[in-house]
Amino acid sequence: MIGLGHFLVLGALLFCIGLYGALTKRNAVAVLMSIELMLNAVNINLVAFSRYLTPDYIAGQVFAVFTIIVAAAEVAVGLAIVIAIYRDRLSVELDDFDWLKW
Amino acid sequence: MSDAVFTVAFYVFSAVTVLAALGVVLKKNLVHSALLLILAFVGVAGIYVLLQADFIAAVQILVYAGAVAILVAFGVMLTKRGDIRESNLANRQKWPALFVVAGVFAVIYALLGQTNWGPLAAAGPEDSVGILATLMLTDFVVPFETAAILLTVAMLGAIVIAKEVKNSK
Amino acid sequence: MENINLFVLLANWLRQWLEGVGASPDVIEVVMDVFGTVGALVFILLNALILVLLERKAAAFFQQRYGPNRWGPKGVFQTIFDSLKLLSKEDIIPKAVDKWVFKIAAYLIFIPAILVFAVIPFGEGMIISDLNIGIFYFVAVASTATLAFLMAGWGSNNKYSLIGGMRSVAQMVSYEIPLVFSLVGVVMLTGSMKMSAIVAAQTKVWFILPQFLAFLVYFIAGHAELNRGPFDMPEGEQEIVAGPYTEYSGMRWALFFLAEYANLVAVCSIATTMFLGGWNPIPGLGFLPIPTYVWFVLKVYFMIMLFMWTRWTFPRVRIDHLMHFGWKVLIPVSLVNILVTGIGIKIYQWMGW
Repeated sequence: MIGLGHFLVLGALLFCIGLYGALTKRNAVAVLMSIELMLNAVNINLVAFSRYLTPDYIAGQVFAVFTIIVAAAEVAVGLAIVIAIYRDRLSVELDDFDWLKW
Repeated sequence: MSDAVFTVAFYVFSAVTVLAALGVVLKKNLVHSALLLILAFVGVAGIYVLLQADFIAAVQILVYAGAVAILVAFGVMLTKRGDIRESNLANRQKWPALFVVAGVFAVIYALLGQTNWGPLAAAGPEDSVGILATLMLTDFVVPFETAAILLTVAMLGAIVIAKEVKNSK
Repeated sequence: MENINLFVLLANWLRQWLEGVGASPDVIEVVMDVFGTVGALVFILLNALILVLLERKAAAFFQQRYGPNRWGPKGVFQTIFDSLKLLSKEDIIPKAVDKWVFKIAAYLIFIPAILVFAVIPFGEGMIISDLNIGIFYFVAVASTATLAFLMAGWGSNNKYSLIGGMRSVAQMVSYEIPLVFSLVGVVMLTGSMKMSAIVAAQTKVWFILPQFLAFLVYFIAGHAELNRGPFDMPEGEQEIVAGPYTEYSGMRWALFFLAEYANLVAVCSIATTMFLGGWNPIPGLGFLPIPTYVWFVLKVYFMIMLFMWTRWTFPRVRIDHLMHFGWKVLIPVSLVNILVTGIGIKIYQWMGW
């Protein structure tokens, strides 16, 4: 019987995979992808809570919608920044982004 | 849906999601990572269906698999340099990161076991779309409108940042 | 005899027989879904077979030539022989391609094309799954069709393929927005995203009348989503060889075209359901003993003929004009349509209709 715990463990696993990627990747786009994984893990938790704890008042699903909106905005701006820096430096390696002045 | 079907479906979707996510992080080819990311998103959408959140599942497919992941793949292809097969390497923090991540997972897992969640609902909402729509336009109307502004600002900001700067003579 | 048609009768028989044999509810559901999927697949393949010939005949008609006329009477077997030829061809996989991405792309393009048919009401009671979020499901699944073009363009490792893939992504992501917005007006009028409710709301007036602007936007954006007609930029032969299809050969190449026709049928089916009254008979002709699914197919083919007409009469648009048109004309127009629809609904409520 699958219950709330199973979904939460799945969320935790996905979050940890994303965290590992965000900590270890050299490429800026790869870090963005890892952050998306972490946000998805959070969404699984939110939806699972709303399903099992408050099925009549599904605020968790509303939060999930807002998370998705923010994630979409984040990716758009993040990629724009990556592309702008790429144009200037011809690199997307995060270790190269260590200057303080443009 | 009976328990057996539910269990099988849960493990299939979880396996797809977790394996694809591992691929995203471990693959050395950045384009493969981006494509596996889409598979992971689709797996998560399946999990939402199991949680009786069909609207969220459709939003997940539409926004994540249909737009975000494709944008990411687009970004990868636009910023390609050198050998694509060696484009997604790890930095020197591999082992410390693994240690931290294992610690985080252990803490979450331990806390999950200890927490008392109270009574769990047997069945989810019948008409989640209807409830969601009502909630969005009553209790959550301010965040809802703010989100619209956020999206507009993000779009304009992205255009301004990514726009090519013309060399002024 | 309440309009029970052949296919519903067959489905009911199958269900009763399974219950009689003593299958568990799970098994019955799975078997019914499998049969529904097989039915949709047969429908898609039959249509693709007919449409390839129809398109060539239509093109020939618009260009004042004969078109295929060698195999069978008036060339009706042409498509069958073409498929046999393509099947027997060598499946060339160039050395430098990204093998997995290249191979999977040809199959992946089929998945959204088939999944979409799960929510299309072919006739009264003939819908595989009448989801609560029916039309939104269509939008979500259709949005992933972009992926196959991107994968094909990237995996081919060819600059023309990559340009074609990039173009198709830019085009499809941009035109998805007016496509979705044009459907919002209908959802507002119906108050439901369920396909059966949308069809039921159109027994008296088809939504093409109150939503004509939306229909036009949907029609134009549909061309761009299908990469057809004046918007077949991704495969502009004069500029980029054949876009994402350049490196494909044999059956893999044919799969792309099969999927294109499956998508054409899907987009036309949605147009029929949303704007042309679905399987409802033409007002005033309801007394004719024509089954609902025949009405549906007739309307779908009417839409398909419209699509072919535009494809063979308009020249190809330039890529920057295409983007300008999408962002600066179609999106504002569809937003205005939503606003006007909302005001109209309020006025109707205020007048107490």
